Amino acid sequence: MERAEIESKLNELLVEELGLDADKITPEARFEEDLEVDSLGVVELLMALEDNFGVQIPDEEAESIGTVGQAVDLVVAKLAG
Amino acid sequence: MNGRRVVVTGLGTRTSLGSSVAELWGNLLAGRSGISRIERVDVSDITTKIGAEVKDFDITDYMSKRDARRLDRSAQFFWVATQQALEDAGIAYEEDDPAALRAGIIAGTGIGGVETMEEQIGILADRGPSRISPYGIAMIISNMAGGVASIDFNLYGPNSTVVTACAASANAIGDAAALIARGAADVMVAGGGEAAITRFALAGFASARAMSKNNDDPEGASRPFDLNRDGFIMGEGAAVLILEDLEHARARQANIYGEVLGYGMSADGYHITLPRPGGAGAARAMESALADAGVAPGELGYINAHGTSTPANDKTETAAIKTAFGDAAYDIPISSTKSMTGHLLGAAGAIESLACLLAIRDGVIPPTINYETPDPECDLDYVPNEARHVSITTAMTNSFGFGGHNVSLVFGAPPG
Repeated sequence: MERAEIESKLNELLVEELGLDADKITPEARFEEDLEVDSLGVVELLMALEDNFGVQIPDEEAESIGTVGQAVDLVVAKLAG
Repeated sequence: MNGRRVVVTGLGTRTSLGSSVAELWGNLLAGRSGISRIERVDVSDITTKIGAEVKDFDITDYMSKRDARRLDRSAQFFWVATQQALEDAGIAYEEDDPAALRAGIIAGTGIGGVETMEEQIGILADRGPSRISPYGIAMIISNMAGGVASIDFNLYGPNSTVVTACAASANAIGDAAALIARGAADVMVAGGGEAAITRFALAGFASARAMSKNNDDPEGASRPFDLNRDGFIMGEGAAVLILEDLEHARARQANIYGEVLGYGMSADGYHITLPRPGGAGAARAMESALADAGVAPGELGYINAHGTSTPANDKTETAAIKTAFGDAAYDIPISSTKSMTGHLLGAAGAIESLACLLAIRDGVIPPTINYETPDPECDLDYVPNEARHVSITTAMTNSFGFGGHNVSLVFGAPPG
């Protein structure tokens, strides 16, 4: 899967499954500060990533996800992995 | 009630009979049934296939999709009814409003987030523990309707939830009134929400042989006090009352629907689902509410009965009314609005309180519809099939819950 494809699919998940505002989603957007995703929302994000990209993300690795771009990076790395 | 006088200054509701108080009331007075074939849930293998289902409800009409995901359907109904009731009362608190510290909530629900529970337990069984939603617990727990309402409407005073099954929201109203009466709060949101038209809840009540199987005649299926009644019909929705200290309400020149005069409760101490034969427990709740209200049996204007349309409830409640009211029982108009709304379990008491207050306000009593064949064991005046115009100043509502919880509330006209 190409990075652009992953990015577009992730953006779609953020809107459809987490109910985030599409206008606010950029690669630099921070989940906690900019998108107001709380600790429960982060868990939901991880589950959405796992379900939709077929990857496994342990909680320790989840801590590296601060921004939308970092989430894409992690999925790209996992799929390459 | 002892202490400060408590009045009702706002009402809100969402049921199969409408999305506003005016719509519900119009339908009740017109004798319209809100019961139909269940559509949201697969009922193909369940013996009861009809219910008072809310057909056109979308919580995202009221909040963002993201906020909606905090709430089970039962809490969504409660939220909407709370918003309406606060608006009706002309009450809105900013986050830093000191008055908000004196405003709280007591909510009631029978089974809370049962739909979410079924969904999540299905996921647990099918896909394992790692796929359980992080919102699952918060959505299931019965207190979350009141919790979220306190967050969204800035109500920082007393907040709790009553779970006395089908008596829950009657208890909520009585408990909230008592808090105001003793000075612990000035304004209380009190009522209940329920959304138990789910596969488990339908199957469970069917298995307990509590529900009607009159699937071919949905609108005729809930027939309280009629000889041919065969069980209750599940309803869903919510109703909320804004209770307020009388002086607080007067100071802000609020519209007053009526007064909470009396609150009585008792336990049957008999059986988990069946009422005590003869209704001694229910009678004690009614007697206690009348005494609390200072209303003599012969003075009461109307009883909105629990009247579930189960064979056991309606004859037992009839016997209990005779015990509590003596000869006056035969002169008091009694009706069961569950003939139209179905049985909203923990939300029923709030809807029926609303009916009592509007009956006092408008001088008209909603009917018991589908009343065709008298039952020798139910021989009182059930206001059959047609609303009745009669000026009343007091009304009682009864609510009885599995576990043997009996609750009666007495409402009065606005203080002169």
